[in-house]
Formats: sequence, C-alpha cells, structure tokens
Amino acid sequence: MMETPDKVISVKDLTKKFGDFAAVDHISFDVFKGEIFGFLGANGAGKTTAMRMLCGLSIPTSGTGYVAGCDIIKQSELIKRRIGYMSQKFSLYSSLTVNENIILFSTIYGMTKAEIKDASAKLYRELDMENMRDTLVKDIPVGWKQKLAFAVSTIHNPEIVFLDEPTGGVDPVTRRKFWELIYQASSRGMTIFVTTHYLDEAEYCNRISIMVDGKIKALGSPEELKKEYDGSSMDEVFRKVAETAVRDD
Amino acid sequence: MMRRNPLILRVIVMMPIMVMLVVPLVADLDVKNVKVSIVDNDRSQLSKQIISDISSSDFFIVSSISDNHSQGIEETEKGNADVLMTIPPNYERNLTNGFSQIDIQANGVNATKGMLGARYVSEAVVNTLKQWHKSAGIMMPDNSLNVIYRFNPTLNYKNYMIPALVVILFIIICGFLPALSLVSEKETGTIEAMNVSPVSKFAFVLSKLVPYWVVAIVVITVGMIIGWLVYGLEPAGSIPIIYFAAILFSLVMSGLGIVIANKSSTMLQSIFVMFAFIIIFQLMGGLFTPIQSMPEWAQIITYAIPPRYFIEIMRSVYLKGTYLSELWLQFSALGGFALLLLILSALTYKKQS
Repeated sequence: MMETPDKVISVKDLTKKFGDFAAVDHISFDVFKGEIFGFLGANGAGKTTAMRMLCGLSIPTSGTGYVAGCDIIKQSELIKRRIGYMSQKFSLYSSLTVNENIILFSTIYGMTKAEIKDASAKLYRELDMENMRDTLVKDIPVGWKQKLAFAVSTIHNPEIVFLDEPTGGVDPVTRRKFWELIYQASSRGMTIFVTTHYLDEAEYCNRISIMVDGKIKALGSPEELKKEYDGSSMDEVFRKVAETAVRDD
Repeated sequence: MMRRNPLILRVIVMMPIMVMLVVPLVADLDVKNVKVSIVDNDRSQLSKQIISDISSSDFFIVSSISDNHSQGIEETEKGNADVLMTIPPNYERNLTNGFSQIDIQANGVNATKGMLGARYVSEAVVNTLKQWHKSAGIMMPDNSLNVIYRFNPTLNYKNYMIPALVVILFIIICGFLPALSLVSEKETGTIEAMNVSPVSKFAFVLSKLVPYWVVAIVVITVGMIIGWLVYGLEPAGSIPIIYFAAILFSLVMSGLGIVIANKSSTMLQSIFVMFAFIIIFQLMGGLFTPIQSMPEWAQIITYAIPPRYFIEIMRSVYLKGTYLSELWLQFSALGGFALLLLILSALTYKKQS
C-alpha cells in the first residue's frame, strides 16, 4: 500500500469539486512519521477542505490518498480510529465538565476503564489542570480550553493528529505554550498536521506547504523556502507565493 | 447534557404541568351559564313552570323575560342571550287540545355555546313537559317540541381531552428537543468531533434517542399524576400499557426529530420543519376533531400519522380500560413507525460530505 513505511500521509492528485468550483485542485504531497507538517494558505485556499478529506469527513472527487496506511476513500472509518482531530471550534461539549469530556471521548475511541484512568491522570499532570476537573468546559478560559481540546484529541495516542487552525483567536503567549505541547507530542513520535495562518508558527514546523487557489504552490522546510523565494522571513515568502492568488475569499 | 441546561429541564417538568392544568379548562367544550332570553306570549301555568325550571338550573341564566318577540331578538343581538326561547300564545291550551310548538333559536355568534345551549334548553323543556303531562294524566304528544337528541350530557369533555393532551406534550418535547440538540451540535461544531471519531452512526443516533425514553417516562408520569390529582382521572386500563405506548411513541417522535435535524443545518430550519409536522399531527391525529368525522380521503391519510395510534391507545386505555390484545394494531403501527424512523435517522446521518 505504501512505498516506504515512514510515510504516514501520502496524497496524489487529490481533488474536491463543489459543482464547477475546484476547492482543492490536484494536490500531491507526503508527510513522514514524527514530522510537524504545516499547511498554510490564505482564507479560501482550500486548506480545510483538504484536511477534511484526509480525516475522512469529506469524500474526494478524484485522486488517491493514504493516511496511517488506510485508503481515505474506502477505509475512512478505519482512519478515524488512528487519527486525532482538533477543529477551530475546539469541539468540546461545553455543558459537560472537563472530566466528562475526557471520559466521553476516550470511551468513543474504545479505551478501557483502566486506560482512561491512566491517560486522564497523565493529562491532568501534564496540563496542570487537576483543579479544573469538575468545571464545566464553557467556564474555563480559552487558552485552557485549547490545551484540553488538544489533549483530548490525542488521548487515544493516534499516529497522526490533525489540527485545524488550533490557535485562532488566542494571544501570543498562549500560542507559544500551545506549540510546546505540539513539540512534546511530536517528540513522542506523533505526526502533527497543522493548518494555520500565523506565519510565525510556520517557522516552528519541520516542513510546510503553501496552498494558493486550491493548489500547492510551495513545499519544503522553512529554510529551503526562504532560500527559494529569497525572503528573510516566512512572512515574506508567503507574500511572494500568495500574490499569484486569484480567489480572494 | 440535558441536566446542565436549566431551560430544557424546566420545559420537561413545567410544560406538562402547565398544559395539563390550563388547557382542559380553556379548551373545555362543556357549556355552562347559557344565557336564555325568554319571550312568554302564553303566560299560563305551564309557561311559568317551564321558566321557573330553567331559571333554577345551574346551566342557565335567564337574562330577560318579556312578552315581546322583538325585544327578545334585541337581547340576542346585543349579545345578552345565547338562546332565545319563544313560547307561543295559548301554548298550554293548544297543547292540551292537540298541538303546539315552542320555538328555540340559538345565537350563532358563539356557535358551540349557542348550539349546545339550545339543546340543553330543549331538554329542560321536555323534562318540564313530561312532568306536566304526568300530573295532568295525559300521554305526551309526539310533536310537542322540536328536539334533536344528539348531545350526551354525561360525556365529560375533560376525560376525553386529558389523555390526548399528554400526546401533544410528547409531540413537542420528544420531537423538538432531540432535533434541537442535534442541530446545536452542528452549530457548535461538536458534531465534527463525532464525525472524525470511530463512533458508529447507529450508536450516535441511539445516544440521541435513548435519553428521551427517560423524558417520556417523566412526562407521562407527571401527566398521569396531574390527571389523577386535579381531575380525578385514573386510567381504567393497565398503567404498563400506557408506559409501553409512551416509550414507543417517544421513539417515533424523537426519530422524526433526528431525521429533520440531519437534514437541516440551522436551528431555525429544523424548527420550521418541525412545526409543519406538529400542525399536521395535531389537526389530523384525531386530537381535537374525531377522525370519523373527517372526509374519507383525510381519514386515509390519518393512517400515516403516528400520533393517531398513540391517541387511540391513550383514550381507550384511559377511558375504556382496553387490554393490550385489543390494541395490537395500534401498537404494531407505532412499532413500525419507530423502527422506520430509527433506520431513517441512522441513514440520513452523514459522517461524510
């Protein structure tokens, strides 16, 4: 199925059309195990659509893709066991307590009682959230909610975790802390696939791709891209790549 | 989730109480305090007897007595009388000698009150006449009064209404709440988290339905307690049958709610669609108007309306004490609908787009 065991995501000519409009237009890329892969692009460039296809939420119009060794078209339910997903909206049940959310999601992923106990103890310790255990999620600050959402989406120790603009609307300090969590997860061998439009965050990634108008226009490590586009920062690179865009929203 | 939302909790407990307490009083079709205007052109012993019998009854208020027909009409037009009764001149003498008729006219502005009032008045007159004939030792002539005996005064409207009201509660609570809860998951994005998880469609749909079994049991219990405490109405049949029907029906309604929620992307959309169903269910389920008096094509349609069966079960168990074996048709219809909607709700729930 996969050419090298190291590739956890392998995509070829993936396309999603809504009517005549190609939201994602023949994209191809590979993501390797343990990588932090940044998925950049302006609003409406097709990042979220591409990610939804990889998570099995959206059926591609054409093209092939493998995630964690599973076909994204035929084995979408199998993929869902092996990945974690955190959306912009954090997807936690706000009228449940922190602990209830943890139990709910870990049960869904088929973890046993003992596993849940271990995992949640570890989670509380790492996030320093023990005192919020019985607080309703809607009552905790956004920064904490974000950390919790990340912890919950990785509670079943997935091979890959997809983060869809996880740091939207959060202050720089909290964002910085959040990236520390991402690094921790990555050092444990988890592959991170993250979309963002904060360009400083792009610098933290091992490799990034920049999407423009549904196509991948640039792909490589931040250093390579800076060299290629002759920019001193990712911000400059992004501008140079994205200026060819025709779609604006 | 539900217990964290105080509004929903209040709806579940308060709505049955409010509906059960208020609606039977308001939607009461029993007529009392019928205002009668009497035109007495006879002024005989008999006419006096009729008038005094009417004024001593709880059902009537004699608003005016005159000997002038146009004055009586005027009272009616002013709205002071629901029923106008005219006793013709020489009524007693003509009746003794053979034939005479009392004229009873109903005020059609309040059609129900006027019509039922007119019937009550005629019954009262017939009673008086019977006694008068007995005391005079004469057999009652057939045409002494123009009476239509169709209204059954012993039928208490509340007894008929209360079991049906529980049905309305079910339609609203068990239909709306799961639909709203699912659509709100769409709006807050938590459904996304479910869609990327390996949870099966069927399990997800069931998790939305099962809580409403509990809600159904609460609602029906509150309904029965109020029916018993406030209206002294106890089911003549067995209570387990009622609970069984309630759970089946809640499954039907919440299944419908889920199907609608699956197909709509906003709260507003789902509420509109739910309303369309609720109106049809209420009007065509036999709740307010008997199915037997609908046109034939409408009667055929009612077979496709699930509340019809639940209403029939509730009424026959409550009022007649019917056994399960006689209701198998209604139960299998409800069960069929429940199964159909359950499958539909799992099928219409799409984890992928």
